[in-house]
Amino acid sequence: MLAKLFFGYYAVVIIFLSLLVITRKNPVHSVMWMLLLFFHIAGLYLFLNAEFIAAIQVIVYAGAILVLFLFVVLLLNLREELQVERFVGSWPAGLIIAVAIFAIVVNVIRSFVLAPPGKYSIEYIKEATHTKALGTILYTEYLFPFEIASLVLLIAIIGAIVLAKRKTRSH
Amino acid sequence: MVPLNWYLMLSAAVFMIGVFGFLTRRNIIIMFMSVELMLNGVNISLISFSHYLQDLRGQILVFFIITVAAAEAAIGLAIIIALFRNKSTAHVDEMNEMKG
Repeated sequence: MLAKLFFGYYAVVIIFLSLLVITRKNPVHSVMWMLLLFFHIAGLYLFLNAEFIAAIQVIVYAGAILVLFLFVVLLLNLREELQVERFVGSWPAGLIIAVAIFAIVVNVIRSFVLAPPGKYSIEYIKEATHTKALGTILYTEYLFPFEIASLVLLIAIIGAIVLAKRKTRSH
Repeated sequence: MVPLNWYLMLSAAVFMIGVFGFLTRRNIIIMFMSVELMLNGVNISLISFSHYLQDLRGQILVFFIITVAAAEAAIGLAIIIALFRNKSTAHVDEMNEMKG
C-alpha cells in the first residue's frame, strides 16, 4: 500500500512536470522544471533498487546536460521569445500522432507477459553490492560496447568544437 | 508491490509528452529538451524491467543510453549555436532554406 502511494506520488509529479517542461513560454523556466523532473526520476530509480543509475542520472543529466542547456538558452532573445506563439500552427496533428503512439504502446502493454526472473536477485546484489555487480557485467560481457561508448564521447567532443567554432576567413 | 504495467504506462506517458513537445514546439531548444524527455521515458521502462526480471543488463543499457544522450546534447547544442550564428533565430518554422 505504501509502495503504491509512493509510486503514485512520483507518477503524478513526473507527468505534471514533463507537461510543464514542454508548455512553458520561457525556456529558462522549462530548464528549471526539467531539473526538478530529473530529480524525481532519480527518486523513482532509487525506488527500483538502481542506486548507481540514480547517481548517474543526477550527475550527468541534472549536473552536466542541463547546465549545457542553460548556457545555450542564454543565447536566445528572451524578450522576443516571450511574445511569439509557442506552438507551431499545425499542433493538433502533433497531438494526434502522440496520442496514437500512446494508444499503440498501451495496447501492447496489456498483452505483456513477464519472462522468468534472472539470477541477479536482491539478495545477490545485496551481497555483491550494486555498483560492483554492475561493474562486473560492464567490464566483462559489455567491454566492447563500453569501448565504443568512449569513442562516441570522443567524437562528440571533437564534433562540438568543430561545429561551434567561429569561421575564420583566410582568403 | 507495484505492478510492472504501471511503470510501463508511466514510461509511455512521458514518451508521449516528449513526442508531442518535439512535434509542436517552435523553439529548437525546447525540441531538444523533448528528445531528452523521450530518452528518460525509455530509461524508466528499462530500469523497471531490470528490477522485475532481476537482470542487471537493463541498467547497463540505461548506462549506454545516458552516455549517448550526453553526446547527443553536446552535438545538438553545438548545431544550435552554429544555426543561431547564421540565422539569428531559434524558431524552426523560420528555417526553410531546403524548401521542405
